[in-house]
Amino acid sequence: MAFAYLDNNATTPLHPRARAAMLPWLGEMHGNPSSIHRFGQAARNAVEEAREKVAALLGARAPEIVFTASGTEANNAVLFHTEEKAERPGHLVVTALEHPSIREAAARLAQRGWEVTRVSPGEDGVVPAAAMIAALRPDTRLAALMLANNEVGTLQPVAEVAAACRRRGIPILCDAVQAVGKIPVDVDELGVDYLTVGAHKFHGPLGAAALWVRKGVEITPYLVGGGQERRRRAGTENVAALAGFGEAAAAAADELAERRTFLAGLRDRFEAELPRRVPGALLHCARSPRLPNTSHIAIPDVEGESLLIRLDVAGFAVSTGSACSSGTVEPSKTLLAMGLSQEEALSSLRVSFGMMNRPEEVDRFLDVLAREVAELWRVMPHSTVGVA
Amino acid sequence: MSLTAVAMSGGLDSSVTAWLLARQAPEAVIGLSMLLWDHSGVEAHGRCCGALDLGDARRVAQQAGIPHYTLRMDEEFRQKVVDPFVADYLAGRTPSPCVRCNTWIKFDLLLERARRLGAGRVATGHYARILDGPQGPELHTAVDAGKDQSYYLFELTQEQLAASVFPLGEMSKRQVREIAREAGLVVAEKGESMEVCFVSGGVREFVEAQVAEHPDRYEEVALAAPSRLVDTGGRELGEGQPFYRYTVGQRRGLGLAAKSPLFVLAIEPEENRVVVGEEPELLAPGLSGERLHWIGPAPHGEVEATVKIRSRHPGVAVRIRPLGDPIEGRVEVDFAEPQRGVTPGQAAVFYRGTRVLGGCWIQGRL
Repeated sequence: MAFAYLDNNATTPLHPRARAAMLPWLGEMHGNPSSIHRFGQAARNAVEEAREKVAALLGARAPEIVFTASGTEANNAVLFHTEEKAERPGHLVVTALEHPSIREAAARLAQRGWEVTRVSPGEDGVVPAAAMIAALRPDTRLAALMLANNEVGTLQPVAEVAAACRRRGIPILCDAVQAVGKIPVDVDELGVDYLTVGAHKFHGPLGAAALWVRKGVEITPYLVGGGQERRRRAGTENVAALAGFGEAAAAAADELAERRTFLAGLRDRFEAELPRRVPGALLHCARSPRLPNTSHIAIPDVEGESLLIRLDVAGFAVSTGSACSSGTVEPSKTLLAMGLSQEEALSSLRVSFGMMNRPEEVDRFLDVLAREVAELWRVMPHSTVGVA
Repeated sequence: MSLTAVAMSGGLDSSVTAWLLARQAPEAVIGLSMLLWDHSGVEAHGRCCGALDLGDARRVAQQAGIPHYTLRMDEEFRQKVVDPFVADYLAGRTPSPCVRCNTWIKFDLLLERARRLGAGRVATGHYARILDGPQGPELHTAVDAGKDQSYYLFELTQEQLAASVFPLGEMSKRQVREIAREAGLVVAEKGESMEVCFVSGGVREFVEAQVAEHPDRYEEVALAAPSRLVDTGGRELGEGQPFYRYTVGQRRGLGLAAKSPLFVLAIEPEENRVVVGEEPELLAPGLSGERLHWIGPAPHGEVEATVKIRSRHPGVAVRIRPLGDPIEGRVEVDFAEPQRGVTPGQAAVFYRGTRVLGGCWIQGRL
C-alpha cells in the first residue's frame, strides 16, 4: 500500500539537506562543543554555524538564539522567567488559541496568584488585535500571541499587538513554531521580544528548537550547571540535531517563495475539489489570513475520530486536531474557543501539506476521503455523532 | 476488504490473538484498545483497563505489524459497568461485572465502533469457541477447560457471535504463552489479571469511595452504618458491619460465637439485616432468576440443562422453568441436588454438553 503523509503540522519528514548535515554527527564526527581539543572545536563550529543559519532565517542575530530541545521548552521558559522576575504576581494576557505549552504554563501561574486574561478568537480563527490590546493593563507582565495557529492555520495580528505592547513597555512572546519555514518570519517586522521556533515543523529533526530573545531583553537561566547557550540554558548541545536544524533553516530560507506557491497549490487543489467530492463539507477559516499548507474541514454527521482511523487504514495520515498524548481524541480547544459546538469540533479534520507531498497524493486522497465518508454515512446513524 | 478488529487489552491472551490474526493477513487486521477507566496515580499493570497495559498493546501491535488505535469508552464503562457494580453491592447483591463488560462494552459497543471503522468482525482473546450449528452460530466452552471463559459470554446474541472470532478457544494457555515466547512478544511473561479490573484496592473500600465521591449516582445509603445480624427465625444475634460488605456464603468475619460455623445466608438491605445460619441452611433446591437470555431462538416450555451458578462452579443438572414473562424475563431453576452459595447478582449460565444455551441473573434462592 502506498502511504501518504498529510499531517505536516504535527511533524514533517526530514529535508535531504538537513539529513546530509546531520549524518557526519551520527557517524565519523563526534565531540562535546565545550571541549578545548579539536573534536570539541569541530562540534562547537557545527553548533555555531547552525545558530547563524537559524538567526538568518528569522532576520535575527546569532547571539539572540537560545537552542532548546522543543518549542514547549522555549515557551515554558518565557512564562516561568516572567514569574521569576516579577516581585509579586502580576497579570498575563494570552489567547485561547495558544499551544498548551503556553496555555498550561499560564494556568500554573494562575494557580500561584497571577491574573490571566485569555482573549478569544473570532469565528474566523483570528484574535482581534483590538481585543488583545484592550486586555493590556499597567500590571501586565507578558503578552503571548502565536503567529500561526497549529490547528486551523490562521495568522494572527502579531505586529499590531506587538507595537501596542512596546508603547506600554510590556514584553511580548510570539510562538512562531507553526509559521517558520512556511511564511516569511522576521523578528524586527514583528517587533516582538521573544519568539519560539521548532525544527521538526519545517523538515528539520525532532529534538531541536530555539528561543529567540531580543538583544537587551532578559531571560532567566532555567537550566543551570554549565555555560552553554551563553549561560541561559545549560546542558551539552545536541550537535547532530542542531546541525540538521541549521540546515533545515538554510533550506527554508532558500526555498521560501517556492514553498508558499507549492503548498498553496496543493491546498487549493484539495479545497477546490472537496465540495464536489464530499457534499456538505465545510472549510474552516478559508477566508482568514492563513498558512499556505493547512486545510481545516468539517464533515457533517461524521465523527472525525472514526474518519481518521479509516483514512489511516487506507494509507492516509491526517489529524483531527492537535495530537493528543494519550492517543485518544478530545474536542479541540481551539475550535471550542472559536465558538464551534462539541459536535462540530469532533467532526473536524485537519489536512496539512508539506514539501514532500505530490499533487497525485491530493487526488488519491480525495478519492479515498469521498469513499470513506460515504461509507461512514452509511453505517453510522446520525444521532450517534458526537458520542465520544 | 473484510477488516477484523482485535480487542487488545495489553494482556497475554489478546496479544497472542492479534499476533495470530496478523500472521494470517496483516493488511486485514487492526488493533483496538479501549480506554475504560482512569487509573491515574495507580500502578495499573495487570488490569485490563490500565494505562500501562495500553502501552503494551501498542508495542505488541507494532511487533505484529498492524495499526493500533485507542478508543475512549470510559463514560460508557462507568455507566454500564461501574455504576451498576456499586449499585449491586448497595442492593445486597454480589455483582459479576465481567459479564456486564463483555455484554455491554466488548461486544455491543466495541462491535458497533469497529463497524464504524470499517471492521465487520471483532476478535478477542476469550477462551471459548464459536461453532456452526444447525440454527446458526453456537457458543461452546474452550478446549482448555481450566481456562474456559464461556460463562462470561452468555449474554451474547447469535448476531454478535457471527461477527466474533475467538482464536484461543482451541488452545491451551500453555500453547498461548509458547506462541508469545516464540514470537518474542513483550507480554510473553505477563501474569493473569484476575481481580475486577477497575478496583485497585479492596472492593468494599472502592464501593464506599464511589458513593462518597458521587452521591448523586446512587440511592441514598447510610455508609458505614452497622447492620443487624439475625438468624433464620429473625432473632437478633448482634451488630455487624455495613450490610454491603457481606456476600452470600461468606463464613469469615462475622464475629459471632456459635457452636458450629455460621455463614451469610441472605442480605436484606431494606431491613438493614444480614441473615446468618449453619452450613446446611446454605443449601438451596433451586434459584429464581431474571433477564433470561437464550443464545438463538428461545426453546418452548421447560428445558433440561446443566447450570453454573458462578464462574468456577462445577455445574449441576437442572430443569429450567421460564415463567413466560417477556419483560423481566423471570425464570425458576430446579437443581437436581441442592446447591450452596446461590448468590443474588451472579449469573446462572445454562450448558448442554460444551454448548452454552443462555442464562439468567440470580435474584435469590427457591
